[in-house]
Amino acid sequence: MGPVTFAVLATLLVASALTVVLHPNPVKSAMALVGTLFLLAVVFVFLGAHMIAALQVIVYAGAIMVLFLFVIMLLNLQAEALDLDARRGGGAGLRVAAWLGGAVLAAELAWLFLHVTLPPVAAAPLGYGGAVAVARSLFTDSALPFELTSILLLVAVIGAVVLGQRRTS
Amino acid sequence: MWADVGIAAVKSIAVLLMVLNMSVVLLWVERKGSALIQDRIGANRANIFGGILPFNLGIVNTLIADPIKMFTKEDVIPAGADKLLHFFGPFLAVFPVLVTFAAVPFGDVLVIGGRTIELQVAALDVGILYVLAMSSLAVYGIVLGGWASNSRWALLGAIRGSAQMISYEIAMGLSLIGVIMTFGTLDLQAIARAQGAHLWGIIPAWGILYQPLGFVIFMIAGVAESKRVPFDLPEGESELTSGYFTEYSGSKQAAFMLSDFAEIVVVSGLATTLFFGAWQVPFLARDGWHLPGGVTLGMPQLVVAVLQIASFTLKVFALCCLQILVRWTLPRYRYDQLMDLGWKRLLPLALANVVVTGIVIVLVG
Repeated sequence: MGPVTFAVLATLLVASALTVVLHPNPVKSAMALVGTLFLLAVVFVFLGAHMIAALQVIVYAGAIMVLFLFVIMLLNLQAEALDLDARRGGGAGLRVAAWLGGAVLAAELAWLFLHVTLPPVAAAPLGYGGAVAVARSLFTDSALPFELTSILLLVAVIGAVVLGQRRTS
Repeated sequence: MWADVGIAAVKSIAVLLMVLNMSVVLLWVERKGSALIQDRIGANRANIFGGILPFNLGIVNTLIADPIKMFTKEDVIPAGADKLLHFFGPFLAVFPVLVTFAAVPFGDVLVIGGRTIELQVAALDVGILYVLAMSSLAVYGIVLGGWASNSRWALLGAIRGSAQMISYEIAMGLSLIGVIMTFGTLDLQAIARAQGAHLWGIIPAWGILYQPLGFVIFMIAGVAESKRVPFDLPEGESELTSGYFTEYSGSKQAAFMLSDFAEIVVVSGLATTLFFGAWQVPFLARDGWHLPGGVTLGMPQLVVAVLQIASFTLKVFALCCLQILVRWTLPRYRYDQLMDLGWKRLLPLALANVVVTGIVIVLVG
């Protein structure tokens, strides 16, 4: 990925991520999050991780975010319902503290960018992000975490079914 | 370098035009086919020069008249609609469907002047996942279009549509696992090439021979994804006027219609690639015919490529016609029947298909 491509993608990504947080309309906020996830997938494509990019779009942009939108639409959340004034309020002291904290974080980030140089990284082998490479690492090195995750998901599914059951009594 | 860019551009435009043209032809096939099924004459009133000509130009007229009619209609934006999202809805519906075909190979290779051109826009090693990813994005057009219209009917259609598409996406994805296991790759062109073999030298080794159940599940889920009868609850014109695109008119409504027809083409293209030998013509290899019994007939490469593209187009069109036949034969499902079919029938069947495929692969080796 060249510096120009990265700059364009990163700018779009940050702008889209900021829209998620700052936009008062929940539906547009959710759509901005879809855009963010999609752009992140594009970054993965440019890094050669096609498999991860595809999964990112299928799972996050295509499934989870649809459910988010579904809930937002069902509850019919309006911009006013989020009570923007309450978010902006909180007294002068809190606001000053928030600004100070933000400034310290920004200064730290700037210092890191200017003073820390990362050690050179060896070029990744060809096809390291393809389906074969990901599957091999998933089912050899990370076999145990993979299986444990699947059990966790199973528990979550059973829990959801139990909670979603209609009470007959 | 510029030659490569040019070739890529030509391939992209060719595939895009193929999908668009086939969608418009399907519009006519749908009109005339439904008339045939219901014993009517069908669309016959599009006549240039007010009927001065002694003959009716039929298909040509309908193909030109329908789009012109749609694109010159007034574009109404309902009061209280979210203008931005209302505007973007049709785009988000059309875009994912049109880009899906990029990963679908429409031929083997074309050799021109020593240059070997792959007849596929994007040679992705995760082709099937790319297709699933793009089809999973198609739901946003419906959801946003329905929500932004500020209409009860549109919202109901959008909610029905998103629930239906998520449900059937699962069955669709699982039905493809069997194919992936059989061919051992996610690359659509590799799957297409693997289907060029012949069982016992006479039967083309197409995917449907290995995965008949997978094909049935995929086709049902595919029809559900394109939101047409018997799965047209998001539209449901007898209950919801026009469902999620009730409040759209003119070219934006045309965009929603186009996305539905293009979805038919995409589903057929995928089914062809995975289950019906993609662009393969039985016994036709890159250098000519290899008939059973050791007879070989040499053919120029260009002719072979053209035959393969024609074979792919023909198969896709046949499957499109099958979908239109289904659409005009069956009545609409009730909502609980729709969910039952998706979750309680197709999903367990697809899972069983995966398990059985795995066992057979282990036993056969």
